[in-house]
Parts: sequence; C-alpha cells; structure tokens
Amino acid sequence: MAMAAFVRRGRRIAAASSLISSQPAVTVRSSLIPEEQAPLGVRYVSTQVVRNRMKSIKNIQKITKAMKMVAASKLRAIQTKAENSRGLWQPFVALLGDFPSVDVKKNVIVTISSDKGLCGGINSTSVKISRAVYKLTSGPENENKYVLLGEKAKAQLIRDSKKDIELSFTELQRNPLNYTQVSVLADDILKNVEFDALRIIFNKFKSVVSFLPSVATVLSPEVVERESEGGKLGGLDSYEIEGGETKGEILQNLSEFQFSCILFNAVMENACSEQGARMSAMDSSSRNAGEMLDRLTLAYNRTRQATITTELIEIISGKSALEG
Amino acid sequence: MFRQATRLVAMLPRIILSGRIRTFSSDLPAAEMADRNFVEAWKKVVPNLEPPKTPLSFMKPRPPPPSSIPPKLTVNFVLPCASELSAKEVDMLIIPATAGQMGVLPGHLSTIAELRPGVLSVHEGNEVRKYFISSGFAFIHANSVADVVTVEAVPLDRIDGSLVQKGLAEFSQKLSLASTDMEKAEAQIGVDVHSALNAALSG
Repeated sequence: MAMAAFVRRGRRIAAASSLISSQPAVTVRSSLIPEEQAPLGVRYVSTQVVRNRMKSIKNIQKITKAMKMVAASKLRAIQTKAENSRGLWQPFVALLGDFPSVDVKKNVIVTISSDKGLCGGINSTSVKISRAVYKLTSGPENENKYVLLGEKAKAQLIRDSKKDIELSFTELQRNPLNYTQVSVLADDILKNVEFDALRIIFNKFKSVVSFLPSVATVLSPEVVERESEGGKLGGLDSYEIEGGETKGEILQNLSEFQFSCILFNAVMENACSEQGARMSAMDSSSRNAGEMLDRLTLAYNRTRQATITTELIEIISGKSALEG
Repeated sequence: MFRQATRLVAMLPRIILSGRIRTFSSDLPAAEMADRNFVEAWKKVVPNLEPPKTPLSFMKPRPPPPSSIPPKLTVNFVLPCASELSAKEVDMLIIPATAGQMGVLPGHLSTIAELRPGVLSVHEGNEVRKYFISSGFAFIHANSVADVVTVEAVPLDRIDGSLVQKGLAEFSQKLSLASTDMEKAEAQIGVDVHSALNAALSG
C-alpha cells in the first residue's frame, strides 16, 4: 500500500493534502460512510473504513517524514558549497555596481526554479516576481523575453507567456551542481539570446526557514559602455585596462564572466532554498498527518465502543425478554 | 516599506558627514539611489508584492579611498568553490595578466586586468604563497583593494610534473593533427595551459 501510494505520489498526495488540510472529526465521520459500503440495516459506522483510512494516513506520514530527512541531508551537502560561492559575485558588484532600475530596450528575465515539486511556495514566488519584473520593464519600445531554468517555472509561465519564452532548460540537478555545467549553460544563453540587460531571479537562502526572492542584474557590454560614458557607471572610465585588448573586448569578456559567476551563485542558492522549503513543507505535512491520525483514532475508538455497547444491550434485552 | 525607510534614514547621516568624493567602487550613495529608484518603480507597478532584494543589500560596503597610500593591500581571491582569501592584508601581489606578470602594490592605479593561465603569488612579509590559476579577471580599486576572480586555483606543490609533461605532449600532438578550427582552438588552449604549468613548475 505504501508502494502504491509512493508510485502514484502526485495524485495521492494531492488528495491527501486536501484531506490533510482539513476539517474537524464530525465531517470525517460523515464522509467515511458512503451508503453503498455499509451493509443495509446496520446502525453503526463500519470500523473497517476508518481503519483503512488510518492505515493510509500513517503510510503518508512515514513517506513525508522520509522525504524531510532526505531533503535535510541534501541541504547539508549543498549548503557549504553555496556559502563558498557567495564571494564570487562580490568583486563584480563592487566594480560595476548593480542597477536594477536601468532602462534598456531588450530585457531578458532568467527565472531559476526547481524541477521537482513538493517544495512549498518558492517556485510560485519566483514566477510572481518574474511576471512583476516583466511588467516593470515593459514599455512601448521594450521587448522582454524569458529564459527558464527548471520544470516548475516552465509549467507556470507556459500558460500565459508562451510566446515570450525564448529558452528553457530542465534537469539541472541530475549531476551535482558545478561551475562547468553552469558556465556551459551561460554560454548557451549568451549565444542564443540578444539582450541589453539580463535579470536573474532566484531565491536567496538566508536560513532553513527563510528564503528571500532576489533579482540580480547583468548588463551587456554595449550598455556598460554607454553608462560608463555618461551615466551611472561614470567611475568605470578611471580604470586602466591592462593588456593589449581594446576596452570593448575586455568588457565583453567581463560581462560574460560576470554572468556565469552570478548565475552559478544564483543556481546554488536556489537549490539550497528548494531543499529547505521541501524540508519545512514535508515537516508540516507530517505534523498534519499526525493530527489527523489522532482524530481518526478517537473516532475509531468511539465507534468500536459504541458497537460493543450496542451488542451488549441487544444481548441483555434479549435475555430479559426471554425471562420476563 | 518601513523597514527600508529606517535603513535609509540610518544611512543618511553617514552620507552627509563624509564630504569626500568617492570613486566608483565604493559609491554607496549612487547605489542606494539605484536601489531606491527600483523600489519606488516596483511599488508603482506591483503594490502588493514585496520588492525582491538585490545583491547590493547582501554585500558589505567597500571602504572609500583613503587620502594617503595605505601600508598594505587588501586582497579578495575568490573561486566558484571557495573564497581562497577574503580581505587579507598583504604587501604585494603578482598576477599573470595577458600582457605578462604584473606586480600590484598598495596605492596601485585602478585597473581591470584579464588574466591568462599562470602563477599568482601573494607576498606577505617573508611568506610567499604561489597558486597556479586558470584564467580570470583581476580588479584593482583605488582604495587598495584587489579582487582576483578565477575559475580554478591550485597551490603549486599539488601539481604533478610528470602529468604536466604527458599532457603537454598529448596536446601538442593534437594540435598538429587538428583539422577543424574548433579542434585547433581546443588543442591550442591545452598547449597554452600545459606550457604555463611547465613554466610555473620550473620557474
């Protein structure tokens, strides 16, 4: 029964979570007795039905507890790597600053999400923020596109923004995350998408229970040159360029390297947030299953005792009818 | 919104008191302005959602350039897998820029340098630490802070000389046999890296 529940996990747990997020014992009892299951003429609830229900809820509780443990161990593994990668983007922000309110024509919104579900609300939050950034940066001459990493963002955005999705990548976590994989991904994105500004939307891992949606902006080399000549990046001109290459080439390499570094950190942070969110979702799910089990146990015992009492009454009244 | 307001109010006295002109790398007021503009624009378009955080709010602000040359250089040497050195005070840094080995002392002119595979050495007092780095970038700011970002860095004593020789021979052979541009480029990169490794081990 546990295996069957596990295999049809999606449907079963969807059903279970609807029953888990519910309702006092009174309605439980009434919903447990579909007429066709209780034999005709019986005046009590069949305990078999309640027992089946309790067994399935107990199995679900075991599964969610196991999922929580798995998520906790995955989180431990990935958290150290994410914290080590936090130093990577700081030099770039120190040099080039971060201008989320920059006004450019071609915006590309890179949304990072997970492939698997059951991780709480983080994917919906990322998608909501992506849609908001889209709205924020859209204008008469602007064109906005999406690049999606992860199945969940694709599933949500494909419904209403299908024409705006330029690229989508899934199955990022099949092998443990590393810089090489992310730099290949960044290369793919840079080759295939034209952009003036890239906005990367991810959930930053603050702690196991707290995830901050964040947006990191990477500007294309042309925009950096434009801003350095008269705009917000004015100080950039005071930097000497070492090496035989022109400023344009160096800025190109710099911008690509910056994108891959920031993307790496963003992907790691999002992976940590995903595991943390899954831990808390599974934890609250186990707790709810436990509460439901308690209520059902009480109902079961009441029913069982009522059955016994009824039988005793019948026997005694039968005997007194015979004697009296 | 009120949290943001208290943070910005706390920033204001500091901005007003420091009347010095800051160079870009530590340009906090402009950055705060950019953040504020973003938050305001966000509120107008999407009033119901909290605005997302930006990397600036996660970073410690950099110090402004001091009036005299500081005695030591502050180095941040970062890799994707670790922060090798963060805010370490050193005397001198030698970086392998594309044009050649470049020495960086405190008070160096602000520079952006692209790095080639080579040896990075960190000099602190009498101690010298050498790392072989794959390429990357080095930023030297006016406030004597140097940021070096590379993909891989290995302390020199962890490199095996015989494997380097074998790799060099292998890639030189691949280069001579290469037909397409792509193969030639890959083989050339292999040869460059291995010869740099060779030079690092011998020199």
